[in-house]
This record gives sequence, C-alpha cells and structure tokens, in this order.
Amino acid sequence: MAKIMTVDDSVSLRKLVAQTLAGAGHDVAEAANGADALSTAKQKTFDLIISDLNMPGMDGLSFVRQLRQLAAYRTVPVLILTTEMDPAKKKEAKEAGATGWLVKPFDPSQLLATIRKVLD
Amino acid sequence: MTLQLTDLQRQLLGTFFEESFEGLEQLETGLLALERSSKADPETINDVFRVAHSIKGGAGSFGLAAISRLAHEMETLLDGFRAGALSPTPDALSLLLEGVDGLRGMLEATRDERGYSEESLGRLCERLKAASARSAPHPAAPAEPQSPPAARSERTFAFRFEPHSHLLESGNEPVRLLRELARLGALKLEVDRSRLPGLRALEPNLCYLGWHGTLRGAVTLAEIKEVFAWVEGDADLEVTEVVADGAVTPAARQPTTNEEPVAPKTEAAPAATPGAANAPAATAARGDAEAGLGSIRVAVDKIDLLMNMVGELVITQSMLGELEGDGPLDAHRVERLREGLGLLARNTRSLQESVMRLRSMPIGIVFNRFPRLVHDLGRQLGKEVELKIAGQNTELDKTVLEKLGDPLVHLVRNSLDHGIEAPELRRAAGKPELGTLELRAYHRGGDIVVEVVDDGKGIDRTRVIARAREMGILGPDEEPGEDALRDILFAPGFSTAKEVTNVSGRGVGMDVVRRNVKSLGGDVFVDTTPGRGTRISLRLPLTLAIIDGQLIRVGVHAYVVPLLSIVESVQVEPRRVTRFQGQRDIYRLRDELIPMMDLCEVLGVSGQRVSVDEALMVVVEADGEHVGLLVHELLAQQQVVVKSLESNYGRVEGLAGATILGDGSVSFILDVAGIGRLMRRSHAREGVRAA
Repeated sequence: MAKIMTVDDSVSLRKLVAQTLAGAGHDVAEAANGADALSTAKQKTFDLIISDLNMPGMDGLSFVRQLRQLAAYRTVPVLILTTEMDPAKKKEAKEAGATGWLVKPFDPSQLLATIRKVLD
Repeated sequence: MTLQLTDLQRQLLGTFFEESFEGLEQLETGLLALERSSKADPETINDVFRVAHSIKGGAGSFGLAAISRLAHEMETLLDGFRAGALSPTPDALSLLLEGVDGLRGMLEATRDERGYSEESLGRLCERLKAASARSAPHPAAPAEPQSPPAARSERTFAFRFEPHSHLLESGNEPVRLLRELARLGALKLEVDRSRLPGLRALEPNLCYLGWHGTLRGAVTLAEIKEVFAWVEGDADLEVTEVVADGAVTPAARQPTTNEEPVAPKTEAAPAATPGAANAPAATAARGDAEAGLGSIRVAVDKIDLLMNMVGELVITQSMLGELEGDGPLDAHRVERLREGLGLLARNTRSLQESVMRLRSMPIGIVFNRFPRLVHDLGRQLGKEVELKIAGQNTELDKTVLEKLGDPLVHLVRNSLDHGIEAPELRRAAGKPELGTLELRAYHRGGDIVVEVVDDGKGIDRTRVIARAREMGILGPDEEPGEDALRDILFAPGFSTAKEVTNVSGRGVGMDVVRRNVKSLGGDVFVDTTPGRGTRISLRLPLTLAIIDGQLIRVGVHAYVVPLLSIVESVQVEPRRVTRFQGQRDIYRLRDELIPMMDLCEVLGVSGQRVSVDEALMVVVEADGEHVGLLVHELLAQQQVVVKSLESNYGRVEGLAGATILGDGSVSFILDVAGIGRLMRRSHAREGVRAA
C-alpha cells in the first residue's frame, strides 16, 4: 500500500521490520546505513521512513538531518526505531527533524498500527 | 527454555545469532584494545558501546529477555565510560569480558536449545550494576510491557492544541492527531483561524491553525497526552479535566517514561578476578563450538576461480568431443587426442587444487582466540605478557586447523605458567617486566611451521635430567642425547614443576600435544635457552600449500622465489660490485654489504652465467641474513601451488618444491634458506682449495 524504507545496520532487525511491513502489504525498501539510505531516498520516493539511531558511520540523527534537507522529504514522516526512552534523546531526535519514535522491542501489531496512523 | 516466537522471528533468529556472535568478537577485541592502551580511545569505547546496545535491542526484539538484560547492564557500564563518568579500569574491563563470555554462552545455549544458569546470570548482572552504580542518568531498561488499564469511568477533558508553525516539517500532521483523539471518545472541536494569512502569503509547509474543544469518554489524561507525545515541544498543549460540578482541575503532569530506579550499592563492588573455573571453562566451551565447524565461509574469489576451472574443463571436453567422428584415427587426430588428454589432465588437477583450496583457511582463525586467553591467564597468574602474532594469513587445511587449536592452547598455557616468570623475578634477572609471547606461522621447505616462543626462564637441562632420574625414566648415569631429552620432555606425566597449578596442570598435556601433532603427520621440536626463553615448533606437512611467488627467469628456466622471502629487487650496478678472489662477489646496497649468488651456478643451469652487467638482483632473507640472487629476468607474481619434491622424487637441498605453471611447465620453488646453505658450503670448499 505505502512505500516504506527501513534503515538499520543489524540485518536481522532490519528484516524483522521490513518483513512485518511487507506482510501487511506495504512496498518496503531496505538500507543498511545512513549513506545508502540517503542515496536510495534520492532515487525513489517514499511515504514513510523508519530508521535506527544506533548505526556506524552516519548515525540515525545525522541521517534524519540530512534527509530533511532534501526538498522531497521536508514533510515525509520519519520514525526512529530505538530502545532509548530517554527524554533528552527524544528531544534530540525531534530537533533533528524526526516525526516520532517507535520503541524496540516492538510488537508487530503495534508497529503496523502506528504505521497506519501515520500514513492515514 | 521455550521461546514464543512468531514465524518471522523464528526465520530470522539464525541471522540474529550470527550477527550477535560477530558483534561479540568485535566487542571482545575492543575491550582488549582498551585494556592494552593507556589512554581510553573514545572511538573504541563508542564502537564497543554500540555493539552492546545492538545486542540488547536485537535480543529484545527476538523475545530473549535474559540476554537483553545482561546486554543492558553491560551497556550501562559502557555508557558510563562514554560519558566520562566512569573510567575503563582493568577490573571494569575484565568484568565486561566476563559479560562477553556470558552473552556468548547464553546465545549458544539458546541456539542449541540448552539451558543456562539463571543464578550465575543474576550474579553477573548484579556485579555489572554495582560497577556502574556511580554513573549519571543512564539508558532506560528494556521497555516493560504496560499493565492493562483498570476499570474506569467517563471523564471530560477540555483541551487547547496550538501547533507551532514548523510542526508540519517534522512530518507530523495535526489532522492525524485529532483523528486519533476522536478515537478515544466523543470529540467536540473548534478551529482557530486567527493566524491564517491570505492565500498569497500562505506557505504550504507551515501550520497556521489551532484547535480547542472537549473530549468525553473513558479516557485517562495519560492517554490524551500520549496522542500528542510526538509533538511535545512543537505545539502548545493544554489539557484540563472538567469535573461534574463545573470546577476545572489543572492537569497534573505525568511522566510518560519508564525508568528503572538505580539502587546505589554501598559496599565496594568487588570486581573479582575471573575465577579459575570460569576462564578455562569459557574457552573450552568455545573450543568445542569451533571444533565441529559444520560449514565454512569461503571468499568469493575462490569460488570464481573454481568457476573458471570448470569452464576450462568444459572447453577441453568439447575439444575432445570434436575428435569423435567417422573414419580411422589418423596420426593427426591421435596427436590432437593426446593434446586434449594432456589438457584434461591439467584441468582436472587444477580443479582438484581449487577445491582443496576451499578447505584451506588462514591460521589467524585459530590465533584469534589467543589475545583473550593470554589476557585472562595473565591476570590470573599475575604475569604481564604481551602477545605478538605473525603469519596469521598462512593457510592450512581446515581439518589440520581444527586439530591444532587444543595443542596450541596447551603450549600457550605452559609458556605463561611455567615459562614466563613473575614480574619481580624478571626484574631481578634484568629482563623487562613485560614478558613476550609470540605465535608465529610460516612455510618452510614444504612444511608449515607453527611456533610458540616465549622469553621466559627456559627449560633447565640439568633439572630435566635430575627429574627424569627421579622418575626412573633415566638411569642414574645415563646422559641423554638431544632426541632422548626431547622424548623425556614429552613423556606422559613428566613435569619439573614443583606445584600443580589450575592452569596447566602437571604437564600432562605435552604428550597429548605431541601425539596430536604426530597424528597430523608432523612433529614437535623444542629449542630452549635457560634464562632466555623457549621456542616450541610444530612442524606439519602440507597437504596443500599455496604461496605467493615471484617468478624469475634464469637462462631458459623459470623458478619461483617465495614472495615472503624477498626483501627487494634491484638492477645491478656494476660499480657497486666488489670482486673477491676465490670468494663471492659482494654488492654494496646503500650501507649494506650483500653477498651475491649466481643462480645459474647454484642451480647448475649448464652453460649459462648471469653476467653482472645485465643481471637483476633479488635480495632475499635467508635465516636472518640477506643474500642477493642474480637472475636474468623478473616475470610475473602469482600464487602457486606447492608440489612436494620429496614425495615425488626426493629431497633436494635448495628447493622447497615444485609447481606447475599455467602453460603446463614445471617450475622449481627455491628454498631460500637452503640456497644460503649451499652458498656457504661452496664458499668453504673454495676457501679450502684456495688455501
């Protein structure tokens, strides 16, 4: 239904998210790091992007900041997937331009419900 | 321990285990690096933190709560390092290394569907918690599931929601939020258009609207706040409860985060030295896991090579197929047939070699476990040891590799326990307090040699003899020769150690080591100097050796010089050559004097000499000395498969083996050390003659 990109350096987690979303009928693309995600985002348009925070090289926040500079992604929802519940971290994420967050470990139905709400 | 997993989780669990084991290796290397260096490198700390964080999140996502919990405790401590609130002391790092073992053990147990001790896990977590007790705000524990809401009554809330103008640029959408709100109960909304500019001034990415209204339903304040959780800070939000009698109670702020309280421990955290039982058990467990390597990782280029070989085989086959036909086999066809068969033989051989090559792996895989082992043992024994590793790219057949692991572990333990002395003793002997242990692997003349070298106190010959006499292995007047002495050292139960330690026991392992190596077709050699150190060499015959070689031409023949032996190659400048009557020529290379050798002469290539005017000199290292080999031409550099001369012909001094080049011709591989010896011997002869 929607075009979603998921970004995470951990293959198992990335696939967990991707396949959960694909199972619900979404069209999912994957990226293993911030740099790849940026170049994919430039080539295709996505309705939603889900990114981990904790990645080598370009971390999640840098990725979001750079993504927001692209005209096509000014207002596209970007969710960060994280175990961090720290308010300071959340604030940082918002300041970087993130729309909201999803907590790890995630419940698949909750993930899908949140996605549905964001994409409506 | 049963896991409730979805099908998807189950499918991806294998990947998760793989990733986690890789991560743990990185974590371990990082921790050891932090321990070695005097300054805590922030990048290493970050990398190490990231791995712990990853494993915590991953384990949680796959329902592995206990693993996630241990990873969380480690992450907390590492975060303390990151924030500078705690320093990576050797004790703290050792504790973290225990954590690594714990995680590894738990992951393996889960993967193999075994249980593990909840109790020791709990204790480890407690110690980690204690060690991080002093840190500042730390990452929250893995999220706990929310408890179901208690029965509730209908309430009414009044709210005002005014997004800041840039709210849309975070990807949030007020309409969506209001829709969510509407799902919680009966919503009455009024929009505030006061900030809305004229159409021309309107910017599509900015938000100009605000809303206020009421929500009635069986909702809590927390649930309403939850709807707006993502836009906190990007909007003005006021929610107040409207009580039945009309009074308005200002909403109390409720925390929406879940933080686990930290109980600071008052007693000092005894970051205990790893118990003797733990370290060997951990490494033993790992040894078992590695021993039965059911699958191997193969570099893609090896597979490509294999594909090429198969391709050539197909070509040869079709060529032979073409020769089929009517008519008698004339001489021409027979000739082609012979050619084809020769080609077939070569292709098959290449294919065989390529497949065998798949089974060979760098010895670094075995050497890799030693930094950790040496670190743990060193701490346990109170000895300071630096581990040096060389030749980790030397490739061995997989089965040989697997059998080599345990013997090496035993030898290393011996070196650390009985070889390298305690720091005070070393100081008293005028040695640096930091002992050195070297693990080396290299090819020598068709064998592979793996050495364990220490600069400890060596093996005292007199003590060995005395002990042997005590044990009745030697008669009271028997003076053993070198070989006999070696046999004694490897005799079952032989040990000059005065006490049994937990670490290496009473030397019971040495005979097992020798037996293992012999079963691989090799042997063990001991070279020791009392007071200076010991070198134990394992010599193993190669089933398949592949070396990087430099092809050279001498006359019409091509030879291979092992690349590892080559120091450099130079064009000979005659003015730098000094001739000595009756002795070798010497070359002055910068400030070094290098004896020159005419390979034609050494190898007996008849009728040719390499004249100094047109020669190239390949400077090689032979037994620690430099020798210059004169050749006609430098050809390609390539990998060559070493074929044993000994098994096919006989041992020839100066030659390490032979190889078959791509065009089918045979090329000898030079044994540089052997050539050096030949040269010295002919010197001596000529010297005698001249005299």
